[in-house]
Amino acid sequence: MSVRELDAVEAKVATEPRRVNKKELWSARGLLLPAVIFLILLTQVPFVVTIVYSSLKWNLLYPNDRGFTGFDNYKSALTSGDLWPSIVATVLITAFSVILSVLIGMLFAILLDRDFRGRAIARTLMITPFLVMPAAASLIWKYSMFDTNIGILNWLSRALHLPVVSWSTEHPMLSVVIVLTWQFTPFMMLILLAGLQGQDKGILEAAQVDGAGTWRTFTWITLPHLRMYIEIGVLLGAVIILQVFDPIAILTKGTGGTKTLAYLLYERAFIGLDVGQAAAYGVVTVILTIIVATVALRTLFKVFMAGGSR
Amino acid sequence: MNRSVKGSLVTLLTWVLVLAFFFPVFWMILNGFKPESVASSVHPKLFFSPSTEGYQLAMDRGMKGYLLNSLTASVTATIIAVVLAIPAAYALSIRRVKNVENALSFFISTRFMPLAAVVLPLFMILKTLGLLDNIYMLAVVYGAVNLPVAVWMMRSFFLEVPFEIIEACRVDGAGLGREIFRVALPLVLPGVASAALITFIFSWNEYFLATLLTSSAARTTPPFLGSFVDGRGQFLAVLSAAATIAALPVIIAGWVAQKQLVRGLSMGAIK
Repeated sequence: MSVRELDAVEAKVATEPRRVNKKELWSARGLLLPAVIFLILLTQVPFVVTIVYSSLKWNLLYPNDRGFTGFDNYKSALTSGDLWPSIVATVLITAFSVILSVLIGMLFAILLDRDFRGRAIARTLMITPFLVMPAAASLIWKYSMFDTNIGILNWLSRALHLPVVSWSTEHPMLSVVIVLTWQFTPFMMLILLAGLQGQDKGILEAAQVDGAGTWRTFTWITLPHLRMYIEIGVLLGAVIILQVFDPIAILTKGTGGTKTLAYLLYERAFIGLDVGQAAAYGVVTVILTIIVATVALRTLFKVFMAGGSR
Repeated sequence: MNRSVKGSLVTLLTWVLVLAFFFPVFWMILNGFKPESVASSVHPKLFFSPSTEGYQLAMDRGMKGYLLNSLTASVTATIIAVVLAIPAAYALSIRRVKNVENALSFFISTRFMPLAAVVLPLFMILKTLGLLDNIYMLAVVYGAVNLPVAVWMMRSFFLEVPFEIIEACRVDGAGLGREIFRVALPLVLPGVASAALITFIFSWNEYFLATLLTSSAARTTPPFLGSFVDGRGQFLAVLSAAATIAALPVIIAGWVAQKQLVRGLSMGAIK
């Protein structure tokens, strides 16, 4: 479904009928095949193998005790009490980070859509957090921002006579969300800024002349125009953040309700060496991604847009 | 309120917010040039006598090797993705195959497949073949991860090539290779740049697969940085220096190619 949406965004999809003869069709296939085969080998086949693994009893600690167990890995995933908190952690971290970065990204996009001196520099500085290597960003936040001794946030707290907060242990979820929001706000801003700059200025002027206030112009004209851009931003951002691993591994190591599915799988497979169980988590991650990418986002937009155009 | 006063206030607010947002990066760069005792002090200092101690310590930890591995992996992955994406995108735009939509869905669904779903078999297969901790193997995986984005993006550029040009070229009896590489490709060089930039950024910054598929010889920069988490004593200066070096190539690439960045991030959807 996302395909059609993104496809519709293309300014013009070439639709004119073209004479295609058989030879041409084959050569076109020949062009496409290398990429398709490469992808099937490196992603589709491993995914099928993951499904197979998930039906096996297979712990690397007990190499001889290996065999087919059907849905046992899924059953124990459901009953062990690890899976559900992990799904909740993944969904919450993704939802909070995406929503916050869209809102803050929107604010920055609006501010940077104005003409002012040094706008290009401001824009360049703004996109930098997105470019910083995620592992580096998590480390910088952990030590130079969140740390109880040398962190800037706690230096601020002390200066304002507020209690010192050990961010990544006292508020692990918030810390992860802060770092992710910091990294993804520029991403959303870039996409929304492109949307704002693609607006028809004539319509905005006409609205002003007709006496529509700034807020009404924004909710009635700009927001509907931005809808497509917000959708693209949320969809792409959500799919990336659903797989989040770096800030978890560096900031919290999965403690305090931040054990995302990617981290749980890593722990189960590469520390617990339980291949079958980890594979089951991998399959669950795919299912969750499909659900989030289709149903949840669609609903979110209906609510969001109904509120915006009232 | 006077209109121009209001305007300056909004501009001032913009700068305050932008600088606050940029602050962690600024602080990282600054800390990298502090002597360790200054960087790890409870009282943050804005002015100090700069030192390259942090950078030297980072290099002493063998950072050069990790950077070289990162470079090899990212450049190889970029070449793989671009070389495979050009003909595929061509077949999805100019020289159409049947079922273009199906092929496009295939590519995008692959992009959205979580790495968690494929990493276990990859690990097992590479282990069996003795290809774990091999930098070119990591590059091949990165190439596959980024190929769908590259295909989508290249397609959006090829769609803008006027069909008359292609037709004229066919009437002249030019072969397929000439049609693609001599006629169409030069018109979409910004697209190649976009695809290459995005692949390079994602490969350079990738942590999850790098941690799992490499261990020592092929270790890249992100897992090396990750190893700082277990550090003891004072290490903010060396950490900041290492993080700055690690982040710099992508920051510069992104700054230089801002226009390509937007189109690349949106998989070609936003022009």
